[in-house]
Amino acid sequence: MSERVVIDPVTRIEGHLRIEALAENGEITEAWSQTTQFKGIEMVMQNRDPRDAWAFAQRICGVCTVVHAIASVRAVEDAIGYPIPKAADLIRNLVLGSQMVQDHVIHFYHLHALDFVNVANVPNADVDAAVAAAVSLQPNYELNSTARFGAVQDQVNRILESGQLSIFTNGYWDHPDYRLPAEVDLIAVSHYLDALTWQRDIIRINTIFGGKNPHPNFLVGGMASAINMNNEITINQVKLNQVQGMIREIIDFVENVYLPDVIAILGAYPDYLDIGRANPSYMALGKGGYNCAGYPTPPDGFRPGVMLDGKLEVIDLDMDKIEEYATSGWYRYAGGDVGLQPWVGETVPDYTGPTPPFDWLADSDRYTWSKAPRYDGRAVQVGPMPRVLSAYVQGDAETRDDVEPILAQLGAQPEQMNSTAGRILARAIEGVEMARQLQRWFDELTTGIKSGDVATFNPDKWEKSTWPSASKGVGFAEVARGTLSHWIRVTDGTISNYQAVVPSTWNGCGRANGERGPYEESLVPHPLVRPEQPLEPLRTIHSFDPCQSCGIHVLDVTGSEVAWAKVQ
Amino acid sequence: MIIPDGELWVTGDETLGEHLERRGVSRRRFLEFCGTAAAVLTAGPVMAGRAEATITADTIAQSLAGMTKPVLVWLQLQECTGCMESVLRSGETTVEELILNLVSMDYNELLMAAAGEAADKALEEANKQPHILVVNGSIPLADGGAHCTIAGRSAESILRDSAENAIAIFAVGACAHWGCVQASRPNPSEAVGVDSIITDKPVVNIAGCPPVPEVITASLVYTLANGAPPPVDGQGRPLFAYADRIHDFCPKRGRFDAGQFVRTFDDEAARNGYCLYEVGCRGPETFAPCPILRWNLSQDWPIGAGHPCIGCTEVGFYDRFTPFYEVLPNLRVPGTGVEADATTVGLVGLGAVGVGIAAHAGVTAVAERRRTKAAEKVYLPLVGDLPTRERPLDSGPDSAPDSPTQRETEQ
Repeated sequence: MSERVVIDPVTRIEGHLRIEALAENGEITEAWSQTTQFKGIEMVMQNRDPRDAWAFAQRICGVCTVVHAIASVRAVEDAIGYPIPKAADLIRNLVLGSQMVQDHVIHFYHLHALDFVNVANVPNADVDAAVAAAVSLQPNYELNSTARFGAVQDQVNRILESGQLSIFTNGYWDHPDYRLPAEVDLIAVSHYLDALTWQRDIIRINTIFGGKNPHPNFLVGGMASAINMNNEITINQVKLNQVQGMIREIIDFVENVYLPDVIAILGAYPDYLDIGRANPSYMALGKGGYNCAGYPTPPDGFRPGVMLDGKLEVIDLDMDKIEEYATSGWYRYAGGDVGLQPWVGETVPDYTGPTPPFDWLADSDRYTWSKAPRYDGRAVQVGPMPRVLSAYVQGDAETRDDVEPILAQLGAQPEQMNSTAGRILARAIEGVEMARQLQRWFDELTTGIKSGDVATFNPDKWEKSTWPSASKGVGFAEVARGTLSHWIRVTDGTISNYQAVVPSTWNGCGRANGERGPYEESLVPHPLVRPEQPLEPLRTIHSFDPCQSCGIHVLDVTGSEVAWAKVQ
Repeated sequence: MIIPDGELWVTGDETLGEHLERRGVSRRRFLEFCGTAAAVLTAGPVMAGRAEATITADTIAQSLAGMTKPVLVWLQLQECTGCMESVLRSGETTVEELILNLVSMDYNELLMAAAGEAADKALEEANKQPHILVVNGSIPLADGGAHCTIAGRSAESILRDSAENAIAIFAVGACAHWGCVQASRPNPSEAVGVDSIITDKPVVNIAGCPPVPEVITASLVYTLANGAPPPVDGQGRPLFAYADRIHDFCPKRGRFDAGQFVRTFDDEAARNGYCLYEVGCRGPETFAPCPILRWNLSQDWPIGAGHPCIGCTEVGFYDRFTPFYEVLPNLRVPGTGVEADATTVGLVGLGAVGVGIAAHAGVTAVAERRRTKAAEKVYLPLVGDLPTRERPLDSGPDSAPDSPTQRETEQ
């Protein structure tokens, strides 16, 4: 007899997500992914000035706070045929890329790690052994010290002894599937705190070019941050030096701390390379951070497209094959249960669920505020894993160099990237590649400035009188959680339709066309030892990095095992 | 509420029991409170059929008196998590200092380890105790509250339960303040702010989308240090952060007074860091600490980075202040007490610094056209330039006159 399991709230995510599942004999046998929030921002944007659109769309999400603004300005620029200067393009990339690495790091340490790291085990750690282990893995990181680890352990002790556990209240600390040695738990908690400091510091790349973060400022037609090397206020050498310093700091942390931590922690959870497999179709329009107006044409030769039905070969993107269904969502389409291409999309809420409070939603075919995007009728995964997998399949040299040693040492096949551990690993690899890319974009920007390429805004199409009376456009961006697209129609200078098709609707949607969405598919089947402590499904759901408001084994198996054996 | 006004029990060495003793709260009164709490609390489990533990005044007294940190409940309702992200960016006080040393944040969905039932239980327990309540996000009323539910319950019900025993309530961010983007026309989910729901207790509004990180943490630390939330303006915004307009302390104010305006982005004026008024800056209308505190460890701020202020600390800014890139229709000239527009402002500036009048006339002609257009489309309140500090602190600055009546009165 199967048991009903409800996880609500799913915490350590952006937005509101509820998982309903059936479980039997320690295993989940059926699952429903339910977004339990609706804001209607697309409706609010109707009839507004398209140049204002980014400031509305940006508020879809404050975690990936850059991405909706960028997709929005790109969509508007595509609609009105508005080219932007090279420097503005690079500045947007720097803002997006720096936020993306920051997002990946925050996701791992602050939103995901506690699924694998047992805080209550930290008092049992031998500080010297922890330092020795950390230094052996991360020799270039100065905060792997007795003083630092000792202070962190003291702090954790104080909290646990006080009985007031703050954010650790009611955690599943007695769950049998926490596997790390206490020393690794201590290292991870210490790096959790270090990462908080780091993210505050490096996000200032957003502040320099966009004025603040969260929610930095953008501009249709370019960027508002003028470059003048002979002015105190504008982008000048002082600010460029600061950006350069932050890029170094980013590269340092992701290479020396983040990626090694991911490898070390997942080393204790190798079975998760075979857990959390979701729909074997993938979309990737470029490497992480790529963004464009109109049909994607990545400059690095990346072929934008999909891989379908488990076949690892890239098929070129056909924008007409992107459709959204309202089958399982609380929306009403004029034409019934059909897929609508976003340019002709509709957002008309039609709540048919029970009036809260409620205990169970999945008895009804409609159970979520998420629409269900499909590509050529199929549910597809988006995110760092599909991007890294696609780049790997296409033979991208950098990706091959980063991924191949890992797969070889794991004895894993590329297909196994489609797993809980694979998604976490891909995100970390992408973090490192994104950090290097920041340096390349920055070098391109400064080289351009040196040769006088300082324009950041194109005034030619700013006035509405220069626009066509009716037009449509799309902006794409490969952002932290996957492929994002904004679709706009502009009529007589105002927005006549706006639809955002976001990563967390691709991954977190409900059923359509008779197929489960990726979160749902990843949980069927799935281990669940204690239904009242759903630690295992949280690992898998978190591996997608849910952002609902928008709607490893080891790198070095042998080395790590040796390292951790020493710890023990 | 058993804690006397005027000084809040803070944290650290002193337990709640010791604090109450020192403050002259009798043991008898404390136990009375605990007795009432016990009656309330036992009703819950009994009705739910799981009265496994006997809750008595004694057990509550024991657990409460031993607490060394105030409990913090931090809700996230209908919102985007941008406000929590802002808190993560706070320099001093940092988020880790706040939640690991100063308070016990027993419920916050972004950071807490527990999920599902265990998280819900943590909220239930925290709600029973006197606690500080922070709310991010609006409360959608459409469809019986189905537009934002947590654990199957509506945002409104979650908020009401958490407000019950709250000793201080902070609505952090524009969503909690008044509903923000989702409450803008046509407000599809019928979203409202916290003080539309909680009307029997004072609500401190930390305005902004999101608020400056340090303003959020400082509001909480102020409360811990002073035993009461900070004094506020007419909209419930703390005076320490929202008493003055951006325009009052804008480092580009000299450019404004001199009539030196950016006319289009990245023009010569923009490359000289001139005033953004002509490209739509809402700084003259917006009460916020951005020019003083700046953002992200004081690195910079929106106007400093070349983009006009969009007025995100003001109620209704998505409807009142759009189109964002059109110039404000009316502005009172500094020191003259009369309403003027950029022409007059420019002339005042001319006397002072000798700006070329021909160039400025060109700017003004463009602005004039935009202004007329804007005035037909959206209502923007009159901006006063009265020194806000002259107003009595208890009533707070009349920060955003938003009814036509008020506007006429001022004129």
